[in-house]
Amino acid sequence: MSNAPTLNVERTTRKSAVTRRTSPTKRKQYLAAYLFLLPFFVVFITMLVIPLVYAGYLSLFESKLIGGEVFAGLDNYARALTDPQFLGGLGRVGLFFIVQVPIMLGLALFFALALDSMRARGSKGIRLLIFMPYAVPAVVATLMWGYLYGPDFGPIAQIARAVGLGTPDFLSPGNILFSMMNIVTWEFIGYNMIIMYAALRAIPAELYEAAEIDGAGQFRLAWSIKIPAIRPAIMLTVIFSIIGSFQLFAEPSLLNTIAPTVITNSFTPNYYAYNLAFINQELNYAAAVAFLLGLVIAVISYFVQLGSERSARRERKGL
Amino acid sequence: MNKAPRTAMALLGGIAAAGLILSGCSGGGTDDNGGSGDTITQEDIDKAMGTPTDLTFWTWVPDIQNQVDLFEAKYPAIKVKVENVGQGLSHYQKLRTAIEAGEGAPDVAQLEYPYIPSFVLTESLLDLAPYGADDLADDYVGWSWDQVSPADEVWAIPQDVGPMGNLYREDILAAAGITEPPATYDDYAAAAKAVKEKTGSYISYVAPTSAAQMEGFFWQAGVKPFSYDGKETVGINVNSDRAKEVANYWAGLIQEDLISTDPDFTDEWFQKFANGTYAGWLTAAWAPVFLSGTAGETSGLWRAAPLPQWEAGTEVSGNFGGSSDAVLAGTENPIAAYELAKFVNNDAESALRLATEQFLFPPQVSVLEDPEFIDQESEFYGGQKVNALFAEISTTVDPDFQWLPFMDYVDSTYAETVGTVIAEKGDIAAALDAWQEQIVSYAEDQGFTVE
Repeated sequence: MSNAPTLNVERTTRKSAVTRRTSPTKRKQYLAAYLFLLPFFVVFITMLVIPLVYAGYLSLFESKLIGGEVFAGLDNYARALTDPQFLGGLGRVGLFFIVQVPIMLGLALFFALALDSMRARGSKGIRLLIFMPYAVPAVVATLMWGYLYGPDFGPIAQIARAVGLGTPDFLSPGNILFSMMNIVTWEFIGYNMIIMYAALRAIPAELYEAAEIDGAGQFRLAWSIKIPAIRPAIMLTVIFSIIGSFQLFAEPSLLNTIAPTVITNSFTPNYYAYNLAFINQELNYAAAVAFLLGLVIAVISYFVQLGSERSARRERKGL
Repeated sequence: MNKAPRTAMALLGGIAAAGLILSGCSGGGTDDNGGSGDTITQEDIDKAMGTPTDLTFWTWVPDIQNQVDLFEAKYPAIKVKVENVGQGLSHYQKLRTAIEAGEGAPDVAQLEYPYIPSFVLTESLLDLAPYGADDLADDYVGWSWDQVSPADEVWAIPQDVGPMGNLYREDILAAAGITEPPATYDDYAAAAKAVKEKTGSYISYVAPTSAAQMEGFFWQAGVKPFSYDGKETVGINVNSDRAKEVANYWAGLIQEDLISTDPDFTDEWFQKFANGTYAGWLTAAWAPVFLSGTAGETSGLWRAAPLPQWEAGTEVSGNFGGSSDAVLAGTENPIAAYELAKFVNNDAESALRLATEQFLFPPQVSVLEDPEFIDQESEFYGGQKVNALFAEISTTVDPDFQWLPFMDYVDSTYAETVGTVIAEKGDIAAALDAWQEQIVSYAEDQGFTVE
């Protein structure tokens, strides 16, 4: 620790010596680095940046069936902010996020911890089973669950009727959001669990030994050592879940064929943008909605990360 | 090392700016009108039909490959690729996207009559009059030709129409004590009650997402909800008193649980036809094409009759669906594409087969008068001569019905306003007001004058 200042001084003097002779080898290394990065950047720019810029450009215009394209400035954004359908969709995915994400991540964490503590016994098989729903494409999963939820021919309904509980209505306007939460949880528990499990495996074993010497049981171990140690991985899954749940599209779009009157055209903001573009032919407004959604996601992700960094700093200070 | 991030940012900024400029320069997908303006001579046609060409044909008519094979046999130089890109709304979405993108669009596409004005508005269709389509006018029943050619231009060739009738399961109705199909809507309500009480089946259903079915009912009742002058003025009146009368009738039956309100064309819906939960369907002549698949086992038990009437003794029907084939303005082979559209829908053998094998009800006079068609005993209907019946029904359809040039939006907002209320067994007449409001506000947003 006390060596740090001198080390820095040495480093800067050595660096200035080096820059005086930027060797050809160094330049070749830089060139090689850029060449390796180039394919990614080409695809990134053409497939992401340019469409984004074009969409932003479109969102500043208004094109009507009669009258063509007119420059509208920020009118589309103002319209979106006061559009009850957009705000309703936003509220819905917000609710989705608040309810589904803690449940899903909680379960994923539980499974990861459980698998980690019973390392030797059949954990590989169980890991595979929990992960498998993630391998099922969202389209197939939603169609399958749509069948399972079916009030007339779905097995859940049939079993409930056989037992005498009446027909559960999973696809009613009040229940559809929770039915969708169920589908998404089923799909992504495995994915989040694997991320957390991988992080758990990287924890050095000395920490466990030290804790056991102090007399910690499995639960205390999990609470005080494992969870804080994998905090970055948990943050990662939280950020992914924010983005995923606010961008919810596949599940409403597919359940729409089974329950068309319950899934409105503005069920989630992403689905709303899609319908605005393809059914209403209002591409410009759709672009504005999409940008606003992106902004909301960015703001929420920022605050969540800020909150976690603050609590991490607080913990480190405490140490 | 410090320079690298800066150069990267400069690169990014430069490419983003270039992207902006390029996209601004290219503008929207302006496709020039394919119509040449001069009349095409027979020489031109012969030359085009002899040149090896590849055509793409987007349609969802089952087994249309049979008609296409006949075409390819007659013109061996032309190869046609038939693609089914979806039915209804999803087909139109893909079509519009391809047209907007400027590539990927087919040469010939199936268009239902209500959607023709919206494609004419965006100048996406080729005017077929210079190619000789004018000569076909007399081949077709009056109002079907009016739908594809409201003025001098011909935008498509009529393929089929959908005169509405009452398709019912004779065995189920007989089990409920009904031997004659209901003649008036009052009779129909009584029959619905009897069928539900005695057999547990629904006499029919009203689909919450099928605006076309409700529009067919309005058509029959004499309601004219839409009008479009071809330019910038539209008339919207879906909540007139007469329309509300129709809505209240159905709302009453739905609230008594005599009419089902399941969404149509889903797995469950097909199953219900197969297992007899549905004892009937108030629909168009093309319905059996969908029932002969999953509900194929019920073939032979169905009968057709005219729709119940609002006033005893009258004979009025409506139209539900019906398509045409149009040539897209961006096609590279206008002559060959026109000949394909014309052949599938106008060649005597092709048209007859569309009617007798695929249950498409023909708008062609020659087929309607062809004894092979009229006398056909349909196995699906237990040997009944349904074609003669529907031919008669089609003469009772009011020929004067118009559509709005944005039916995609009209139909999709129907599901959200009226459809939700139907599914919840609520007040459909009040929902018509909500539907009216949404359509009017969309029309005004898009720059139309609403009267």
